[in-house]
Amino acid sequence: MEKPSFVYVIYIATTAERLWEALTTPAINRKFWFGMQQASDWKVGSTWRMENSDGTAENIGEVLEVDRPRKLVVSWWNDTDPELRPAGRTRFTFLLQPEGELVKLTLLHDIAPAGQAFIASISEGWPQILSSLKTMLETGEPLPGTSEGSSCKERQLKNS
Amino acid sequence: MDDVFQALADPIRRELLDRLFARNGQTVSELCVGIEISRQAVSKHLNILEQANLVATVFRGREKYHYLNPVPIVDIYNRWIGKFQQSQLQELSDLKRLLEEE
Repeated sequence: MEKPSFVYVIYIATTAERLWEALTTPAINRKFWFGMQQASDWKVGSTWRMENSDGTAENIGEVLEVDRPRKLVVSWWNDTDPELRPAGRTRFTFLLQPEGELVKLTLLHDIAPAGQAFIASISEGWPQILSSLKTMLETGEPLPGTSEGSSCKERQLKNS
Repeated sequence: MDDVFQALADPIRRELLDRLFARNGQTVSELCVGIEISRQAVSKHLNILEQANLVATVFRGREKYHYLNPVPIVDIYNRWIGKFQQSQLQELSDLKRLLEEE
């Protein structure tokens, strides 16, 4: 098995079920995911879209594995951006592991070496998204700049 | 957060993070190359970094790979460096780099 390109870990004072809900509910996504939302019915084989605030989506994929509230695996690709297209099908995995009062959230992202622009793009995006997710779940408020009305992620994807 | 600052307060541990920043996902053996301390000491430093959540690890088969986990540093950044200061700080950082390169 290939080693992932990135591994991110964050500990959040919440329950696995609440964290799963935050990760998979569009209206909650928008609060911490730079105003974007993941649209999917979260069934294996279903489509996955990362929708911009206007409902369009350049980032699409397929749900590969669902084990609520422990594991979620999704493939993700971008056919519209000439810089991101060479990455082909990337794959990210969320692992949720309760540890006492906390939940350890691990994010693995597998990206082919041809996807340098994709790697640069997500390595700026994911840590901010995870940090904002933690702040939102622990305080009720997301970080400024990562919630609805912010277009940081869209800007990053275009600039990369 | 105390763990993070304590983990960063050591030049060897900062070098290990620099190496992971340059190439993410390395084994202990790979990280030992060119470092003047024992493998056991490198493992000990990596454990401290992992405890502080600055390093994340995954197993693939029998190999354990180490990754730079910038999330706690992003938390620190978000806490003390506001969104609105970012562009000015970037300019200062660029200026420093420009002057030091000359």
